Amino acid sequence: NLQESESENKLDGETASDSESKSEFGGSAPVPTSDDTPEVLNRALSNLSSRWKNWWVRGILTLAMITFFFIIIYLGPMVLMTIVMCVQIKCFHEIITIGYNVYHSYDLPWFRTLSWYFLLCVNYFFYGETVTDYFFTLVQREEPLRILSKYHRFISFALYLTGFCMFVLSLVKKHYRLQFYMFGWTHVTLLIVVTQSHLIIHNLFEGMIWFIVPISCVICNDIMAYMFGFFFGRTPLIKLSPKKTWEGFIGGFFATVLFGLLLSYIMSGYRCFTCPVEFNNDTNSFTVDCEPSELFQLQEYNIPLVLQSVVGWKTLRMYPFQIHSIALSTFASLIGPFGGFFASGFKRAFKIKDFANTIPGHGGIMDRFDCQYLMATFVNVYIASFIRGPNPSKLIQQFLTLRPDQQLHIFNTLKAHLVDKGMLGSLEEA
Amino acid sequence: QEAELEERLVELDLRNDSDVPDVPPASDSTPEILKAALSGLSARWKNWWIRGILSLAMISGFFLIIYLGSFMLMLLVLSIQVKCYHEIITIGYRVYHSYDLPWFRSLSWYFLLCVNYFFYGETVADYFATFVQRREQLQFLIRYHRFISFALYLAGFCIFVLSLVKKHYRLQFYMFAWTHVTLLITVTQSHLVIQNLFEGMIWFLVPISSVICNDITAYIFGFFFGRTPLIKLSPKKTWEGFIGGFFSTVIFGFVFSYFLAQHQYFVCPVEYNSETNRFVTECEASELFQMKKYPVPPVLQPVLGW
Repeated sequence: NLQESESENKLDGETASDSESKSEFGGSAPVPTSDDTPEVLNRALSNLSSRWKNWWVRGILTLAMITFFFIIIYLGPMVLMTIVMCVQIKCFHEIITIGYNVYHSYDLPWFRTLSWYFLLCVNYFFYGETVTDYFFTLVQREEPLRILSKYHRFISFALYLTGFCMFVLSLVKKHYRLQFYMFGWTHVTLLIVVTQSHLIIHNLFEGMIWFIVPISCVICNDIMAYMFGFFFGRTPLIKLSPKKTWEGFIGGFFATVLFGLLLSYIMSGYRCFTCPVEFNNDTNSFTVDCEPSELFQLQEYNIPLVLQSVVGWKTLRMYPFQIHSIALSTFASLIGPFGGFFASGFKRAFKIKDFANTIPGHGGIMDRFDCQYLMATFVNVYIASFIRGPNPSKLIQQFLTLRPDQQLHIFNTLKAHLVDKGMLGSLEEA
Repeated sequence: QEAELEERLVELDLRNDSDVPDVPPASDSTPEILKAALSGLSARWKNWWIRGILSLAMISGFFLIIYLGSFMLMLLVLSIQVKCYHEIITIGYRVYHSYDLPWFRSLSWYFLLCVNYFFYGETVADYFATFVQRREQLQFLIRYHRFISFALYLAGFCIFVLSLVKKHYRLQFYMFAWTHVTLLITVTQSHLVIQNLFEGMIWFLVPISSVICNDITAYIFGFFFGRTPLIKLSPKKTWEGFIGGFFSTVIFGFVFSYFLAQHQYFVCPVEYNSETNRFVTECEASELFQMKKYPVPPVLQPVLGW
């Protein structure tokens, strides 16, 4: 019975619109997802009942993904960047494919090409800006790169414009609305997928810990909320996802905060996680080596008197970063799920069960990453507002590109300012 | 009514445009006074005259606001942006019959407010640095600007998720996407316009005038010489109009820049003077706006005689 097995498969509570009124099915019945589970797993688990089998498949794949995550962390920032890029392309592909299926628009051959072209343009723009920022000296040395980076915005805009003109020229008489819908769909997808993946890369460059802790908190919240819901769940949380419960939500919140504190404590001790990723021009490779900033140095905190009697300690040695991790975990548990609800609503609206069949038991890449998008933006905004101070080395880089008379002007203003503050003693005017 | 809405969604087979809802023809909003003055002429010339008079009115309004200064121009750009946004959103509502979802009107305007707040905040912080330094509350707002904007946007996002109603998911997602694409088009571009304005009014005036001139001269050339159609999408555009408009616009741009580049009012970056609390456009004219001698290429010398 298709309905029964489907309801058993929906362990994360995303019901397809089977229960909704039949009339909405109309012309677009959902394509049943084929069973992608590898043969090996199928045989090993053939004895168990269907419900436990699904649990095992999901569990094994979860462990596989987490192991994979650890491996690529070990391999370093460059591999991480590549992985982020691949995930981004796959997410874009999944969402665009949904659009094509919804609008039956495979008949318009131009459109596939144009969507990928726009993806290329926007990526070129963002990666160019990132590369120019972080690999400044490398770019300045190589002549072709220097020209590309000097006129980068113009080149990106010209590329985008070409795509735009192609779109206008490709408008076909009876399909105007379809084409405009796909154009809009492409742009919204780009807005969601590409901008966020670049915010993730910015976070990564700030320090691997800013990449790992938020992602782990979201994953932990997912798993913990599910477990608490499984064992204690009773009151439903929101109509959009019937299987989510308040007990799971609150239990997940506290568990994630604790997990965040622990993980930050362990990671703050290692330089390879806390230092900003920099590109070393001499060795032509990435280095993560620096003086740990204040955030990652152990400090004594006085425990408020109320808790002293409970805990028995007077002071606590913590990293300041752990306080920030509380903010990150809170966001991951309270607002992160909204990303999941958004994706659920999207799937219901377009009558699909999963974004794609890439991962057996889990669905597509988007299904795993829907909560991560808001998180990445939040971390980026958080760093920009609360953590990052002005960057002296970047200022010096910009300073060196100015004209000599501008440099002299800045130098004189700076000198006057420092003399005012008494830092330069009483130098005479040159 | 809900069943009807569902049916319409099911029928939304977009392989052809047959289900485009009929838009009632725009009511004739020509003022009475013009109608009375032009009642004698035939229909074709009457239309020409109305268009002509309104064009002159818009151009005069434009000059007036330029005279009033940069701040009024900023306000003008902001009003145009809000009106454009409203127009596009109204079209979306009509296409999707989504007037029944009351949350959505509020949410669309809320998102417009958020994005404008974000962009204007970044601009203000940049250009009015001295003004901002003096006031404590503004300091706080500037320092945490991104966080505040993001929090405001998130609130809208969460309200959207909470407002999803069972049978209207697709409709609501469509309107959400429509809102965002409209914001992307209207709001970002209007802020680029304002940044151009701050570079110097000439960077605002010359491009806009060139586009207007191209419109007008392409129309005139097409009217008198038009023969070969340009593109199926706009049957009235012709190649003669296109090319004639190109050359006239280049010449117009040349002449117009020559006149504007001589006045500091147009050429200098707009700055905010904290002492007089006003915008000032006074500066050393940069190299771009200083007369230079250019040798005419030998090819053109016999033609022009210079």
